[in-house]
Amino acid sequence: MAIKNLLEAINEALDQKLSDDNRVVVFGEDAGFEGGVFRVTAGLQKKYGEDRVFDTPISEAAIVGGAMGMSLNGLLPVAEIQFDGFIFPGIAELVSHVARYRNRTRGAFSVPLVLRIPVGGGIRALEHHSESLESLLGQIPGLKVVTPSTPYDAKGLLISAIEDPDPVVYLEPKRIYRAGKQEVPKEMYRIPIGKAKIVQAGTDVTVVAWGAMVREVEKAIKELEGSNISVELIDLRTISPLDSETIINSVKKTGRFVVVQEAVKTYGPGAELMALVNEKAFLNLEAPPRRVTGHDVTVPLARGEHFHFVSVRQIKEAISETARY
Amino acid sequence: MLFDKFDPQKKVMFQILNEKNKIVNKEYEPHISNEELLKMYKVMHLSRVADIKALQFQRQGRMLTYAPNRGQEATQIGAMAALEKRDWLSPAFRELPAMLYRGVPLENIYLYWYGNEWGSHFDPSLHTLPVNIIIGSQINHAAGLAYASKILKKDEVAVATIGDGGTSHGFFYEGLNFASVYNAPLVVLIQNNQWAISTPRRKATKADTLAQKAVAFGIPGIQVDGNDILAMYVAMKEAVEHARSGKGPVLVEAFTYRLGPHTTSDDPTIYRANEEVELWEKKDPLPRFQKYLASKGLWNEELEKQLDEEHNEYVNKVFKNIEDNLGAVNVEDIFKYNYETMTPELEEQYANYKAFLSREEK
Repeated sequence: MAIKNLLEAINEALDQKLSDDNRVVVFGEDAGFEGGVFRVTAGLQKKYGEDRVFDTPISEAAIVGGAMGMSLNGLLPVAEIQFDGFIFPGIAELVSHVARYRNRTRGAFSVPLVLRIPVGGGIRALEHHSESLESLLGQIPGLKVVTPSTPYDAKGLLISAIEDPDPVVYLEPKRIYRAGKQEVPKEMYRIPIGKAKIVQAGTDVTVVAWGAMVREVEKAIKELEGSNISVELIDLRTISPLDSETIINSVKKTGRFVVVQEAVKTYGPGAELMALVNEKAFLNLEAPPRRVTGHDVTVPLARGEHFHFVSVRQIKEAISETARY
Repeated sequence: MLFDKFDPQKKVMFQILNEKNKIVNKEYEPHISNEELLKMYKVMHLSRVADIKALQFQRQGRMLTYAPNRGQEATQIGAMAALEKRDWLSPAFRELPAMLYRGVPLENIYLYWYGNEWGSHFDPSLHTLPVNIIIGSQINHAAGLAYASKILKKDEVAVATIGDGGTSHGFFYEGLNFASVYNAPLVVLIQNNQWAISTPRRKATKADTLAQKAVAFGIPGIQVDGNDILAMYVAMKEAVEHARSGKGPVLVEAFTYRLGPHTTSDDPTIYRANEEVELWEKKDPLPRFQKYLASKGLWNEELEKQLDEEHNEYVNKVFKNIEDNLGAVNVEDIFKYNYETMTPELEEQYANYKAFLSREEK
């Protein structure tokens, strides 16, 4: 056991998989020599050499499409996109090929690879550095999309992602890279993809969140202490494929549902989860399901971003109004 | 060295067997075994028959959208003959001759254009990727194949094909640049067939040749008469050896012509003159190679007639088998291959849909 933050936990997972499996390669813009702009891959090139941990030209399409070619020819690529907003030139390769290759070839080829992308806001960065991609990527058949909210899950989810037979997009909530430390086992372990986690059991209202929002909900729950609301908090962990069972079971128990997402409101996972709750737990509902989300706006620059991002106060309000409805 | 002598910046095009059936640059004439020469011609011929028939089947309403390649057979067969079995082909979508030469069964290629994914399910050990529709992206895939080959010391060269229009795409630059930086064994073959649907080559780039784009990557480039199968073979052989030796990618431009439409949905008479097409019909690579083989005593009219009959019969048989047996889609298959195992949501959707299909309309 060692105490690690989320970023260090990711680094350890990469380190151990590089050591465990010769096919693993780690690369991206500045991901080799420098260890990435966030230093997630720090120290790895020195340890595993320039062939296996390397810098790429600034070419997101070549990073994603190249990763697919590497995967088709025997490597296990773990590619990094430097920032969320930079993925768009690589989206064509991801959506048009990586996600489709198994289906396109009826299983003759498959593309096990991991695409790591730091996501979300809250670090007062430039434009295109604070985007939430889960809505966009969660609806692509053939892709799996995961996002950890704790150092423990970060390591276990990444190891599972690297070992998964399908392509996995691993979204790293950058605002909590260094937000908190936790005991992380030294040995390799796996967090199953497609399984949500009940962070805290409760009886009055089900709250679902993922990534950086889990901590925000925890803060809200803490501030609500004494208000006599028993919250069941679920960390989705996997955006796609969705663990509907855990959510539906919880809503059937509580009868009340709140979902919190950093991404824009319309067509997001929050909307999907509300639809799911209405389809499968409609008769158990005692209050209208509720969403707390970003606005349907372009992410504001740093001075105005707090107007867009979900606040603890908004979450508190949604939980207590839903609980008391 | 070939690439120095035929520097695309000097606007020289490499030829061996010219359009008048004369051998030029005699010193480069390759020593290809009779057996292989005949194999090259036979695949070329099969491709031509299958291409013409695919167009006919489509016109009869039996085949769906198809991208013909008539006129580009020498480019592709010459190039593929220069590869080792273990090398890779990352094609675009007009590569019937190349895919046949690599051993992809005609059943598969036809089945794909017939509209069934099983067409792209063939033996991965053929080291041939399936049809790729997104223009240019196959260069990135090949760059990745090549990088893996280098790191895993597999001694495999990856060849990607692309059209003249595709060279305008960012993918073309990104993939070649990445592979060049790491000396990955990649060869990019541009099939400059002069037209990107209706857009002429001059509107794809201001550059005099496509091959000279190699300069920007710091790699060799060469422009080759793409209707000259011998020159294609020699240039590709040299390019592949260069890449294999660890010196990095090579860019080969085959100067050729698409004699047919872009796809069966296209009417080329709208955008190009008949005179131009007629001019290129005279440069048809098939009779050119046929005459070369005849001059070596390897081919004659009788053999040609036999092969016509054989291939016509074979292609009809393959297509009939698709219409009668292979073509229909099993509904489970559209759910089954998106992930290694169906997700719970997909299981549910499939079960619901199956139940829907099996019950009577109320």
